[in-house]
Amino acid sequence: MSEASHEGGHHTSLGVDSRKLGMWIFLASECLLFGTLIFTFLLYRNKGIEEPNIPAEILDIPVTTASTFVLLMSSFSIVLALHAIQTGKIKSFQRWILTTAIGGIVFLGFQTYEFTEFVQGGLGLSTNVFGSSFFMLTGTHGFHVAIGVIWLLALYFSSLRGGLKVDGALKVDTMALYWHFVDIIWIVIFTVVYLFAVV
Amino acid sequence: MTEAAVQAPHSEYGLWSWLTTVDAKRIGVLYGVTAGIFFLIGGVEALFMRTQLMYPDNTFLSADTFNGLFTVHGVTMIFLFLMPMNAAFFNFMIPLQIGARDVAFPRLNAFSYWVYLLGGLLLVSSFVVGAIPKVGWTGYSNLSSSFFTPGIATNFYVVGLLVLGTSSMAAAINFITTIINMRAPGMTPLRMPIFTWTALVTNFLLLLALPPIAVALGQVLFDRTFGTSLHVPSGGGSATLWQHLFWVFGHPEVYILILPPMGMVSDILPTFSRKPLFGFSAMVYATVAIGFLGFGVWAHHMFTVGMGAWGAAIFSAITMLIAIPTGVKIFNWIFTIIGGQFRMTTAALFAAAFIPLFTLAGLTGIMHSSPPIDWQHHDSYFVVAHFHYVLVAGSVVGIFGGIYYWFPKVTGRMLSETLGKLHFWTFMIGINLTFFPMHFLGVDGMPRRVYTYQTGFNFDTWNFWVTIGAYITGASMLILIFNIFKSLKSGAVAGPDPWDARTLEWSISSPPPEYNFVELPQVTARDDFWHRKYELKNFQPQPDNQQVHMPPPSYWPLITALGLGVFFTGFVFEWYVLPFIGAPITLIAVFCWSFEEFEM
Repeated sequence: MSEASHEGGHHTSLGVDSRKLGMWIFLASECLLFGTLIFTFLLYRNKGIEEPNIPAEILDIPVTTASTFVLLMSSFSIVLALHAIQTGKIKSFQRWILTTAIGGIVFLGFQTYEFTEFVQGGLGLSTNVFGSSFFMLTGTHGFHVAIGVIWLLALYFSSLRGGLKVDGALKVDTMALYWHFVDIIWIVIFTVVYLFAVV
Repeated sequence: MTEAAVQAPHSEYGLWSWLTTVDAKRIGVLYGVTAGIFFLIGGVEALFMRTQLMYPDNTFLSADTFNGLFTVHGVTMIFLFLMPMNAAFFNFMIPLQIGARDVAFPRLNAFSYWVYLLGGLLLVSSFVVGAIPKVGWTGYSNLSSSFFTPGIATNFYVVGLLVLGTSSMAAAINFITTIINMRAPGMTPLRMPIFTWTALVTNFLLLLALPPIAVALGQVLFDRTFGTSLHVPSGGGSATLWQHLFWVFGHPEVYILILPPMGMVSDILPTFSRKPLFGFSAMVYATVAIGFLGFGVWAHHMFTVGMGAWGAAIFSAITMLIAIPTGVKIFNWIFTIIGGQFRMTTAALFAAAFIPLFTLAGLTGIMHSSPPIDWQHHDSYFVVAHFHYVLVAGSVVGIFGGIYYWFPKVTGRMLSETLGKLHFWTFMIGINLTFFPMHFLGVDGMPRRVYTYQTGFNFDTWNFWVTIGAYITGASMLILIFNIFKSLKSGAVAGPDPWDARTLEWSISSPPPEYNFVELPQVTARDDFWHRKYELKNFQPQPDNQQVHMPPPSYWPLITALGLGVFFTGFVFEWYVLPFIGAPITLIAVFCWSFEEFEM
């Protein structure tokens, strides 16, 4: 086969790999997804009929601040992981990608604790529209974190088995885009759901 | 992957090759055939309804069945016919028009198709189990709550749309990436064919309009499944939240359905006028403007909700603004024909007929943008006439033009022109007789979605003729089907460029080889193929029967789609064991997909 035809498969108009561009485009739609969930929450946050229906009374802001800090730090560690794989330091990459995954798991642990506390405090999914929109918004975010954790662990184990030699940096870069997005959305959620409740 | 690099093109046949194909052209054919079948199903549903409405106080259908039919007719025509039929053209034509070998993500492309097929089958299975959704294609809350529509019927609507949305979302990411990133060298944005431009804008609309409806459907599913009250006023939910979220999607959806046919018409008219498209860049900007404004007008579907004067005025004004880019398009089409050497082929006839028919649809649209007029017409047959002119006299007519235009490229054979013109004229008589009198019925006060009417309201005559028109339209479709089968078997061989056309897809053989282009074209002008043929006079046909490395087939997209299908089917039938089976299947399939050797 000719050299030209082989190059054809890898030619891209922007010089960016299509997988990375595809992730950017996907994240655009995710903005609308979370936007709609946040809109619904803002509509319903003080419209609950059954109690507890006052966000400030049930939300535990110190605990969530701690989990927010952990999630933000995991964004930092994935930058270090990406830097490591870009410079060929596989051991360092494995350490940081695992750190990132653990950060995600800790965040999910906090969320599980928070959800359990709320249910024990009388606020379940179907208690009132405040609860429903709260659980759907933060639950959708938690689902995204969970998918991210599975993805991070897949990258970690793939690297242990000697994978990621081809396009490794690109795969981590694409994942990192997703992870940063999940983080940024959490900053918005933390502001709108938790901080707005006390201002 | 050196071995794979020298393997011959996969020219296998048989079921397995179709189940595992990742070739955008084959997936396009799958989309087209499936959408065609759903079109016929939706058409038969319409004929049933028209038969019921032919005479006053008719008892052909019960009110209950009628409710089911208009719901499923709308859902079928929009989500199972028009959107996937557009996707069929995207799949086949975008890579060819931009000079690429395939789409950016061939396996994701196959996944989109299989999810669409499963979503379609899920919706149709509501007939089989006798639980047809009866909430209208708009599925307004709180009619869709389990209090007003208990049982599983409404689940088909909610879950079916979620599944189909997943398919469209994956396809949108794929097509946008393809158009942005897979263009041949020299194919700058303003050299892209206009159909590709409309495809780009359409897929951006899908990308941004689908998430709100997905969330809204998810909320209704939670209301029905887990007892939340997000759309149930008695539990504190809003009665209008659904309407907002639905129409935030629903209005861009209208442009999702009409922009690709506009692109087809804009490619067909220059070819058969032997002239470049008039005002090409104005056409591109108009398309982008329509897409942009399309997100700011959703509440004109909700004037009767009572938003207050300011809300109504703002949405009314933005709606009227859309007439400007639309007008630009209409004048550009007219000026493309004027002064050209117009050839009356069937494709050209459909494309030319699109202009006045769509203008008519647009004119009633502008009428509705005025709230006082809208209040009069709301939920009347005038609205039914309006959106059928948009979607049938607009979208479907444009798509028929596209079918007659590109059929030779897809199959290598020409459709019969004689039968084509017979189809054209019968279809024109049929649809205008069906939909034009609906304006009169609406103004006379006939409400939409009623299963019957009494005599003495001045409805009888026009309803009779509307039904006759529907039968003529149905008969006209038989001509098209016959034409397709006959031409597939014994149509004239098309050759690469039967129309003396302008864009890249006509520079290669018909049907195109799996790899499309042996050497990626070096684009130097808009309408590059025409430019090479007539201005540079240096056009060289691409060599045939080459060995070009293409992505291998994969069955993981199908298995991933099946996993999702199982997952969602559980929510339809309320068998909550299925999600626990479907989710792991999906997860495992995604893993295998990710680790599959797949050299692009």
